[in-house]
Amino acid sequence: MDTLVERKAIIGGMSQPHRHDSGHKHVAGSADYIDDLIEPAGTLHAYLGLSTIAHGEIVTLDLDAVRAAPGVVGVLTADDIPGERDISPSHKNDEPVFAAREVTFSGQPLFVVLGETREAARRAARLAKVTYRELPPVLDVAAARLAGDALVTPGLTLERGDVVAGLADAPRRVAGSITIGGQEHFYLEGQIALAIPGEDRDMVVHSSAQHPDEVQRMVARVLGVADNAVTIIVRRMGGGFGGKESQSNLFACIVAIAARTFKRAVKLRPDRDDDIKMTGKRHDFVVDYDVGFDDAGRIEAVDAVFAARCGHSADLSRGVTDRALTHSDNAYFYPAVRVRSLPLRTNTVSNTAFRGYGGPQGMLACERWIEDIAYALGKDPLEIRKANFYGEAERNVTPYHQTITDNILERLVGELEASADYARRRAEILAFNEKSPILKRGIALIPLKFGISFTMLALNQAGALVHVYRDGSVHLNHGGTEMGQGLHTKIAQVVADVFQIDLEHVKVSATATDKVPNASSTAASSGSDLNGMAAENAAQQIRDRLIAFAAEKYGVAAGAVLFEPNAVVVGDKRFSWAQFAEQAYLGRVQLSAAGFYKTPGISWNRDAGRGKPFLYFAYGASCSEVTVDTLTGEYMVDRVDILHDVGRSLNPAIDIGQIEGGFIQGMGWLTTEELWWDAKGQLRTHAPSTYKIPVVSDVPRIFNVRLAEWSENRAPTIGRSKAVGEPPFMLALSVFEALGMAAASVADYRIAPRMDAPATPERVLLTIERLKRLARGS
Amino acid sequence: MPPIRSHIRFYLNDRLVTLSDVAPDRTLLDFLRLDRVMRGTKEGCAEGDCGACTVLVGRLDEAGLVYESINACIRLVGSLDGCHVVTVEHLARADGSLHPVQQAMVDYHGSQCGFCTPGFVMSLYGLWLTNPEPALPEIETALQGNLCRCTGYAPIVRAAAAISHYGDAATDTIEVERETMRGRLQALQDGHRVVVETPKGQFVIPADVDDLADILLDMPGATLVAGSTDVGLWVTKFMRDIAPVVFIRGLMDEIAVDGDIIRIGAGVSYSGAFATIAAHIPQLVPLLDRIGGGQVRNMGTIGGNIANGSPIGDTPPPLIALGAEITLRRGNTRRTVRLEDYFIAYGQQDRAKGEFIESIAVPIPAADTFFAAYKISKRRDEDITAVLGAFRIRVEGGVISDAVIAYGGMAATPRRARAVEAALIGAPWTMATIEAALPAFEEDFQPLSDWRASAEYRMLVAKNLLSRFFLEMQGGHEIHILRHEVA
Repeated sequence: MDTLVERKAIIGGMSQPHRHDSGHKHVAGSADYIDDLIEPAGTLHAYLGLSTIAHGEIVTLDLDAVRAAPGVVGVLTADDIPGERDISPSHKNDEPVFAAREVTFSGQPLFVVLGETREAARRAARLAKVTYRELPPVLDVAAARLAGDALVTPGLTLERGDVVAGLADAPRRVAGSITIGGQEHFYLEGQIALAIPGEDRDMVVHSSAQHPDEVQRMVARVLGVADNAVTIIVRRMGGGFGGKESQSNLFACIVAIAARTFKRAVKLRPDRDDDIKMTGKRHDFVVDYDVGFDDAGRIEAVDAVFAARCGHSADLSRGVTDRALTHSDNAYFYPAVRVRSLPLRTNTVSNTAFRGYGGPQGMLACERWIEDIAYALGKDPLEIRKANFYGEAERNVTPYHQTITDNILERLVGELEASADYARRRAEILAFNEKSPILKRGIALIPLKFGISFTMLALNQAGALVHVYRDGSVHLNHGGTEMGQGLHTKIAQVVADVFQIDLEHVKVSATATDKVPNASSTAASSGSDLNGMAAENAAQQIRDRLIAFAAEKYGVAAGAVLFEPNAVVVGDKRFSWAQFAEQAYLGRVQLSAAGFYKTPGISWNRDAGRGKPFLYFAYGASCSEVTVDTLTGEYMVDRVDILHDVGRSLNPAIDIGQIEGGFIQGMGWLTTEELWWDAKGQLRTHAPSTYKIPVVSDVPRIFNVRLAEWSENRAPTIGRSKAVGEPPFMLALSVFEALGMAAASVADYRIAPRMDAPATPERVLLTIERLKRLARGS
Repeated sequence: MPPIRSHIRFYLNDRLVTLSDVAPDRTLLDFLRLDRVMRGTKEGCAEGDCGACTVLVGRLDEAGLVYESINACIRLVGSLDGCHVVTVEHLARADGSLHPVQQAMVDYHGSQCGFCTPGFVMSLYGLWLTNPEPALPEIETALQGNLCRCTGYAPIVRAAAAISHYGDAATDTIEVERETMRGRLQALQDGHRVVVETPKGQFVIPADVDDLADILLDMPGATLVAGSTDVGLWVTKFMRDIAPVVFIRGLMDEIAVDGDIIRIGAGVSYSGAFATIAAHIPQLVPLLDRIGGGQVRNMGTIGGNIANGSPIGDTPPPLIALGAEITLRRGNTRRTVRLEDYFIAYGQQDRAKGEFIESIAVPIPAADTFFAAYKISKRRDEDITAVLGAFRIRVEGGVISDAVIAYGGMAATPRRARAVEAALIGAPWTMATIEAALPAFEEDFQPLSDWRASAEYRMLVAKNLLSRFFLEMQGGHEIHILRHEVA
């Protein structure tokens, strides 16, 4: 039929490397972040007064000078909160908006000042006179353990097989401990919220938040109103990384309380230093382990305790410490295993979600004992890894009793080993180190396996809203938030694909709680898995209606209605997409649909430590080579090769971006990013001048990143893709082990380096010195 | 006394701005975002470290009109008199299409969350104008002062290398209008002293250095602001009242070689000093490239680095090792002080009220002298020093005849290691001598532990830097990780 032209692909469909849908605005400075919105007339600016001690009772809180300061409109404390005074996301009532009697960490909000300008409020906040009765603070894991293991939430135990017998019977044993540092998110856009009061007791809050639904519930809770009185809007965040999953609640709640009180719009944007002091970070851990293995390096039993500094409240620590345990196997089968978590309460800021959510710490500990085994046996750690890989038909059950059915470790690692020329380079490095007195090199190749799904079952659901207008343009809204990861681009690609229209016809609007209700946090790498399916579901509902309409109107079979690029073919007729949309409107077809998705087939019994918490696993592997200066501990990451599994990519350009960015962020965690508290519990690294995330020259000179293009998700995900947000973070583990190898060269690799993280130049040099001393002593 | 003008004038993109009421502590970023509601330029840290607020500032110098990237968050508006400020809003073309720098960033997926992006665009724009085909090390140096937390930088570097495929820097708006703008800025140079009175206090811009000397006699307590890379933080972080302020950017900005002396005006920025120092003391290049980021090097001055007396400033140790002297001036009285004597104690320097540093005289090390300076920091680039060691040693007939060694980060001031020097002088230039001298470090220094380094590491690395110096001067094995080799 001559009306049917040859089929061409749409522009921006699924699997195309389309650029970020806001890219042209980012570069022009015209992408709006909350601080860029034009403030409503009369907007007040809030600033917080923070505690300056880690633990104590407030004896007096004298705010007279604050109130009297120029430009100040008012001051609010805990007593001024109309509803509940607590915003604990875990409903443990352990997270007050403002400390009222007891201060439990340094940097805890005590009051908020409202000023005509931000500067006025900020200056006034410094005038508070607070006296405390100081109490001894518990600041870190060691202190919390000495003080009796007070927990913020019950720990978890994963157990399979007889670990006691396994250890006792193992031909060889290694026991040790590793300290793993935390990490500041350092989202470039700091925390911010803008509240606009409405009629009745309604409140609209623009919040830089990954979980607007929770912000909505928290704001309603502190205002003492129903959830339907509160609308949260998130157009985009300037980075989140988990730091805006629960940590945004506070700022949104405070502006809402103030907006209600003063009947004016209120904006709150803490200074960077205050942001870092008062918001949670990645959990730091101390992991004690005892591992039994045979002469070939095959693990027989693992017994480990993961003690985490959770800070003063539970926040999300349960899920984080759980995920540390569920990833303490990384890619390896343990015939007998017992891993336990201790989520410890401390007088520090409440640690929270951060890309990987405990997984990186679990995997780093795991790779530590792999490394220990390798050094104990004098073998290449990669050989130990391969000897312990999960099997495909057997040796395939995790410590939480889930059977792994999608294992691609052998092929993936084999391909990377070949493409990175690992064996030859390792031999060369060993030879180089023989001859080079000061500079030493190291290389490591480490796989990863990361479980995808929220462990809290209810969160594994999503909604989306799709409208088709009469001109054929499409409006898409879904429950996920955009923080730079390209989620909106991917979801729009899904919808464009369903309708077979170019991506430019699909507009994604700001995430809003009045469009898609009860949406889960954009977290756990789940954004495209969940929202992609929900959006596809919504679009397919409309598509089905369109097919039924066309079939009836033109008297053809449903199978004769075809969606071609920007056109719809009905039997022997061909319409442009826009013409067809107009016809559908005139034919009274409902051109709007709400889509829904829930992840099938997952389950989790935390009390038993059993279930199928993950729908599938994402895999990857990286090989890193470094050079270390043994006089100073300075180092350079010379080359990195990565092969990563994203299933069938929804957008290879965005996925590569997530891998490169995740890797560098993980490298920062393990190298230069060091959180440093003083003896009084004051964080002293609270600005980029003191807290050092990677800069451009830290990027490896050779940085080969490839997707495992042959992989497709065996689980029925959107387009058979896999989640990509968190897993690449852990690719950086190979940098850490390569640094350890370079250090170990000074003792001829006879002693396991056992470096703690992060491997700052100082820690590298002190490790080298320790190894030299041990080598001399032995 | 020169005539007085009571307002400042500068160009903001294509418009002349005249301000008679801008407070002495108003930052350029707040001026843009709050006063002008130009919100393309972002605030990420308010301390000159993240680069989200990067804009270009064009200023007249001997070479004509130069544009440099700066951090708007710590640049004070009063220092912009006679300048041309270019923000991200100036880049898109009249028809709305993107600038080559912007288009390259979009096409190479150089933005994810996008918050840092305008700052990267402006740093790349500044680079592209002066170096349209940059090599990788040049890209890295130009972007040291911009933090990105999403992309891992790789796509930004790819974009940077590709910009010239999208347009010709020679026909860029700034280039096309350079002569016009130069004329406009020249027309603003009226030789006046600027005095602006505001409810938040007064600021003054001297007409010239003699006028500065006069002003400081009248206002000895004024805050002297050159690059504001330090004072900017007094404003944004400590909310300190800095008025009255005397802005000295543009004064004392000559650098000249006089025989075997480099004479550096106190107002010369790190960037401004780079070419001359690189030509005559190339050993300092790896250090100069690691002071702050590009924006900070374009703003900050060597005079300011000395004047503020920090124990961890990057230039004092090598300048002390080189035997530098500074000229201090009060009114018309000048005196010369050895740099090492200028630093008396923590927070205390040999500078009287009303006195200012006018210039620094740096002897060029003789060809037969060994000289090097090594900076140790947690992160290689754009970090504050943990320990910085500078070494100048002369060996005659195999024996050390002279040794001057200075450290930063090891004491309350930048300080010489006199016991170590004494242990070296007169001894043979051998590793055994170096090793024998190491215990002397304990006599010279008792370093502190803080978040940059522990006392243990500081002491260990200080000693090892002396070993590195010896080994490096000996040649042979590669012993020192340099930043990615310079193209």
